[in-house]
Amino acid sequence: MHVDPEIIRLLAFLIGVIAFAALNAAYLVWLERKEAAHIQRRIGPKEVGPFGLFQPLVDGIKLMTKQLIVPAGVDPVLFKIAPILVMVPAIMSFVTIPFSDTLVARNLDIGLLAIFAFASVNVLGLLLGAWGSRNKYAVISAARVVSQNVAYEIPMLVTVVTLVMISGTMNLSKIVGLQMGGFWHWNIFNFSASPLMPVAFLIFFICMLAETNRAPFDMAEAESELVAGAFTEYSGMGFGVFFMGEYANIVIGASVATILFLGGWDCPLGLFPGVHWFLIKMYFLIFTVIWIRWTYPRTTFYGLLNLSWKILIPISFVNLILTSAMLKVF
Amino acid sequence: MSAFAESEAKETFVLNLGPQHPATHGVLRVKLTMDGEYIVEAEPVLGYIHRMHEKMGENRTWAQFLPNTGRMDYLHALAYNHGYVSVVERAAGIEVPERAEYLRVITAELNRVSSHLLWFGAFILDLGGFSPLLYAFDDREHILDLLESVTGSRLTYCYFRFGGVYNDIDENFVPGTRAFITRLRGRMPMYHNLVTKNIILMKRLQEVGPISAEMCRKYGATGPVCRGSGINFDVRKHEPYSVYPEFDFEVPVYEQCDSMARYMVRMDEIEQSLRIIEQALDKLPEGPVMAEKVPKILKPAKGDYYHAVETARGSFGVRVVSDGSNTPYRLKLRSPTFSNLSLFGEACQGMLLPDALALMGSLDLVIPEIDR
Amino acid sequence: MIDYLREIISGTWSLFVGLGITIRYFFQPVVTVQYPHETLPMTPRFRGHIELVKDEETGETKCIVCGMCQKACPSNCITVNGEKREGVKGKVLTEYTLDFTKCSLCGLCVESCPTAAITFSKDYNLAGVRKEAYIFDLKKRLEAKN
Repeated sequence: MHVDPEIIRLLAFLIGVIAFAALNAAYLVWLERKEAAHIQRRIGPKEVGPFGLFQPLVDGIKLMTKQLIVPAGVDPVLFKIAPILVMVPAIMSFVTIPFSDTLVARNLDIGLLAIFAFASVNVLGLLLGAWGSRNKYAVISAARVVSQNVAYEIPMLVTVVTLVMISGTMNLSKIVGLQMGGFWHWNIFNFSASPLMPVAFLIFFICMLAETNRAPFDMAEAESELVAGAFTEYSGMGFGVFFMGEYANIVIGASVATILFLGGWDCPLGLFPGVHWFLIKMYFLIFTVIWIRWTYPRTTFYGLLNLSWKILIPISFVNLILTSAMLKVF
Repeated sequence: MSAFAESEAKETFVLNLGPQHPATHGVLRVKLTMDGEYIVEAEPVLGYIHRMHEKMGENRTWAQFLPNTGRMDYLHALAYNHGYVSVVERAAGIEVPERAEYLRVITAELNRVSSHLLWFGAFILDLGGFSPLLYAFDDREHILDLLESVTGSRLTYCYFRFGGVYNDIDENFVPGTRAFITRLRGRMPMYHNLVTKNIILMKRLQEVGPISAEMCRKYGATGPVCRGSGINFDVRKHEPYSVYPEFDFEVPVYEQCDSMARYMVRMDEIEQSLRIIEQALDKLPEGPVMAEKVPKILKPAKGDYYHAVETARGSFGVRVVSDGSNTPYRLKLRSPTFSNLSLFGEACQGMLLPDALALMGSLDLVIPEIDR
Repeated sequence: MIDYLREIISGTWSLFVGLGITIRYFFQPVVTVQYPHETLPMTPRFRGHIELVKDEETGETKCIVCGMCQKACPSNCITVNGEKREGVKGKVLTEYTLDFTKCSLCGLCVESCPTAAITFSKDYNLAGVRKEAYIFDLKKRLEAKN
């Protein structure tokens, strides 16, 4: 019987992507605990397995054996669908991310647009979950998350538009292709396009932190504020799925930043490009995301919105105008 | 900052910042009446940890009350020891030898530094920064080890006695303390770079939680709360006791009245305490650590006596009424945090909830001391 | 306008300084002690629960059953009993019970003893499952130690 190799390839990628996302979600927790511990001059998990490597497994078993409490009076459809609505877009975004010049599930010509479209569904999932929980603190917290996400999508998209103008395409593999050959070709150092490119990278990074609700922008999950956050009513694996969705979003954000600014799978000296460089850069960015969480206190909600509307948006528009002017002139 | 439009029909709801809450250090319940995000009214509800220390004082002999003084404010227990012991010495007319006075000052100031370090860590933890807590606890461990080698306890000290202290220091204490002073002076720039100058923290604390000087006077707030509002009052300088007049130190006073001012007052107080400890170690005389003729069964003369000391939270006063027997007739403890907390209800009106929590953290509350 | 730009630049610089501090601590050794795999030595003055001191000459306790410790204790956790035996000067200790559930480790008993018969022990591993395990019979503990 002749099986179409395309189907085998798709199946292999499906399994690979889901496994990658799940493994990341589990072991990023381990990385976070270990990194936080060493910043605070202590050792993190160490009893379960060497260097605590089995800790995520036993935590997963614990979450799965907890009772899935569905409180009375919740909207059953919304309550149960919300974790799925948060998790699925993150996994779907993996479809268009090129890990190397040959490793990509589906090289869409509008790959960049697809990723940002999926990211918006994530916010919808959170809001539906909070609304379906019938808990006024969850609703207040989710309303804050929505306004935070809307405010930070604007500078992120303006920066991405700048990059599309420079690269001339939305195809992620082609964007990386334009940056090959050593770190001086990377977009972050692309001063011929605009002198403010490192600032654009910084803006993109800050927006990525805010989109994924990571500290210092984690008002949604802050313990000492409104008692709990948008996830109050979720227990056991429901909470686990939200958690996995958050870490999958961090991986997607770091991958997109690597592709757009840091040259994807390119070696800094241009010698041996490959998937290993992509992973090294992506994990370096994730390390930085965790590092930032354990260094800074939390911003207030109004400080967060002020930062976006009064600082990031003007600067990203200035960058856009400067880039377009320089592209026209040079 | 609070654009708060007055409307006729305000739909308010009551939010309970319950006794179990990560941000109220201890069992404090605050009933907040909120209008959306803004606080309309706040009412602290106390009494969840009332242990009747003042009543216990009436049923125990003068010496048997000493362990209670360490349990009220466990973070600066030695100052509470000092207040009680001083008032009884005043009542019974006991003279304390010089070496004992110096040891009292050294250990009480070390305890003040450890209390401020813990406040610093817990305050930044409330605001969402997790790492400075552990750095502060690393320094605090050194103080606790030093005090453990002298007194034997790490938190609730019962070290002072009528007429002196319990036992003398060993030979490792003075070099150990000098090494610690050098270490902490080297770490303070790190704390300022990591926390004080951080733009996120500055936005969080500057112009947040203003407490005017009249409000401090109205409620009787003392300590870093009143010194952050421009009132220069420190019991060690204005009503000196023990050997404090012999030391050269300053009292930090800031005029801005916001949470940042109170934060800076406490950080500067750490440095001033280190100065006092250094001068005391240089001047430490030889001699006995306990007065000679202290009767075993103490019966002070009849009368009404009062003494105040400066703790990390404010002016702690002890009033003792003695009727000549071996137990006090009445023991009244003036707790500084009780006065500091009472201005919270008026100060946080019209504020946002996170700002009110920052204000509460900057007041440095220890609830067992409020409820005694 | 200038203030706005200056605040942005100084603010961003302060953020990078903070990151530099934490990454410096990331690469330094840990300061925690991995209890129970490692333990710290206790200082000589550490206040564990009290214990009776063995008199080197007679092999028994130095306690003369005066009851000063029982009177000094604020929490009434010490019970001392003795009896008069023939041929022995003074009372002989028959029972010394410490109710450790009430003890606050204040040290007033140790201070008030005229013969220095009790002292602080260095025992801190005191986890147990029954309340009765914390009514210490100090005389029996002294005999068991010899």
